[in-house]
Amino acid sequence: MPDTYFTASPHWSWYIIPYFFVGGIAGGAYFLAALLEWFGRPEDRPVIRTGYSLAFWGALVSGALLTLDLGRSLRFWHMLFQSNNLPHLMFKSFSPISFGAWALLLFGACAFISWYSDKTGTAFGKLMAAVGGLFGFILAGYTGVLLSVTNRPIWADSPWLGALFLASGASTGAAALVLFAPGRGATQSSLRWLESFDARTLVVELLLLIVFVVSLGTVAKAWLSFWGLLLVVGVVGAGILWPLWLHLKPAGATGGGGGGGGALRNPAVMVLLGGFLLRVVVLLASNSIEFQRVAAGAGQ
Amino acid sequence: MPAAMGFFTDTTICIGCKACEVACKNWNQLPAEAGGIRELSGDSYDNTRKLDGTHWRHVKFIEQFDGPYNGRWLMMSDVCKHCVQAGCLEVCPTGAIIRTEFDTVVIQSDVCNGCRACIAACPFGVIDMNHVSGTAQKCTLCYDSMQVGLEPACSKACPTDSIQFGPISELRVRAGKRLEQLKAQGEARAQLYGDDPNGPLGGLNSFYLLVDNPEVYGLPKKPQLPSRNLPKSGMLSAATGAVLGLVALVGIRKRRVEEVAGAGAGGSGGGNA
Repeated sequence: MPDTYFTASPHWSWYIIPYFFVGGIAGGAYFLAALLEWFGRPEDRPVIRTGYSLAFWGALVSGALLTLDLGRSLRFWHMLFQSNNLPHLMFKSFSPISFGAWALLLFGACAFISWYSDKTGTAFGKLMAAVGGLFGFILAGYTGVLLSVTNRPIWADSPWLGALFLASGASTGAAALVLFAPGRGATQSSLRWLESFDARTLVVELLLLIVFVVSLGTVAKAWLSFWGLLLVVGVVGAGILWPLWLHLKPAGATGGGGGGGGALRNPAVMVLLGGFLLRVVVLLASNSIEFQRVAAGAGQ
Repeated sequence: MPAAMGFFTDTTICIGCKACEVACKNWNQLPAEAGGIRELSGDSYDNTRKLDGTHWRHVKFIEQFDGPYNGRWLMMSDVCKHCVQAGCLEVCPTGAIIRTEFDTVVIQSDVCNGCRACIAACPFGVIDMNHVSGTAQKCTLCYDSMQVGLEPACSKACPTDSIQFGPISELRVRAGKRLEQLKAQGEARAQLYGDDPNGPLGGLNSFYLLVDNPEVYGLPKKPQLPSRNLPKSGMLSAATGAVLGLVALVGIRKRRVEEVAGAGAGGSGGGNA
C-alpha cells in the first residue's frame, strides 16, 4: 500500500479546479503575448493585446476563486503579510502555495500594466512583457508543483505534474488566443502561428501525460476508475488527439474564431475542454482516495 | 528552554474506552457535529472513524477477524505526531503553524486562513478543517496546559496509561524497556514506530508501540516531507517551459523565413503580411 494512501484529502475542488484552469490560460496567453512582443511583428499586435487582456482578467478571476476557496476568505492577505507582525511580508520560497500567491499577485500587476499601457498607448512594452512572461510561466506551472509538494496519492507520487500543467497552460493559452484574437483583428499569419504552436504543444502535453502516468508506478492503478475513463476519453481523446487531428487534417484547416462548424470541429474549443478536464481528473481522482485513512486495518 | 515533550502510546494496553477522545473534546471545547447525532459507521464498533478538525484524538479499532471467533482487536489512540520535521509547518503559507518551545507543532487559529495546504501535506492524515472556525485544526498537545505545567487532557484521562506524557528522552527509555519486555514474552512483532531521531521526519514526538505492521494501524511505512518533490518538480517544469519557449521561437523564425522566401519567389505571394 503506497504511503500516500494514508493521508487526508484537502478537498480542493470547485473553486480550485477553475482557478488552475483559468490561471493556466492567463499564464500561457501572457507568455505567448510576451514572446510576440519581443520577437513578433507589428501585425501581431491584436494577438498581443488579446493575450494581455486574457491575462489581466484571468488573474482577477484567479484571485477571486482562490480567495473564495479559503475557509476564512477575509484572511486572504495572511498569505502576503505576517498577520501578527505587520508590515512584514509573508513569503516561503519552499512552499509552492506561498510563492504561488506572490506569483499571482505580481503576475496580475504585470498583466494590468501591460493591458493598460497597451490600451492607452503608453510604451511600457518589452521590459514589462519579459517580467510578466516569467510570472505567467510560473503561474501556469506552479499549480502542478503545488500538488506534487504534498503527500496525497497521484499528486505526490510523480514529479511531472508541474511540467504537465505548464504544457497544458501553454496549449490552453494558445487556444484561448485563437478563439478571442480574431475579434480584435488578428491576421491569418498570427493565427496560423498560434495554431501550429498549439499543435506542437499538444504533442509535448501528450508525451508528458504518458510519462506522468508511467511515473506513478503502482499508484497508476488509481486510474482504473471513472476518473481514468475521463482521462482517456476526455483529456487524451477529446482534448489532445482530436484537436491534433483537426490541426493536421490536410486542406480544410479550420481557422480560429469559431467560424465553420460546431464546437466539436473547432480545435481551440476542444483544447480548452481537455485542459479543464485535465484539472478535473487530476484533482478529483486524488480527492476520491480517502478510504485508507478512515478504515484502519485495511492495509493489513 | 524546556525539554522536548510528547506522547508515548503503548497500543498493547489500550482498551478502546475512548476516554481520551472525550477528554480531548471536553478540554479543547471541540464542537459536536450534526447537533451531536453521530452517524454509525455500520462496519465497525468505532464510529469516530478518523481524526479531523473536531476530533483531535481518535481511538482506532482494528478488527482482525477470520470468521466470528478467530481473531483479535488492536486498538490505538491516534493523534498528531508532532513531527520533528513537520510537513504541515513546511508548507503553511500564512505562518499559522508554529513550533513551540516544547518542540510540538501548533496551528494558530487566528492566523490560519483555511487554505488547507497543511491537510494535503501531512503524511498521517491528521489535520482537517474545523467547519465552525473555518480553519485547519489538530491536536495542540494541550499547549495551554503545558504552559502552566499541566498534563494534556488525553493522557491524564487514560485509565490504563496507554498514553504516556513526558519529556521525549524519558519516554524513549520507557518505550525501549517495554519493547524488551514484550519481546521477552514472545511478542515477536512488537516494534516502536517513530521513536528514532535518525528515522523518518527526524522522529515523532508522539510515537507508538505496535504489534503489527504500521500499515495495519493506518500508518505510513516511511512518512516523508512534501518538499521532497520540490526540486525535481520545479526543474522539470522549468525545462518544459524552456522547451515550449523554444518551440514558439522556432515557429516565429520559421514564419519569417517562409514569408521572406515567399516574397522573394512570387513577389505578391506573401498573403497578408
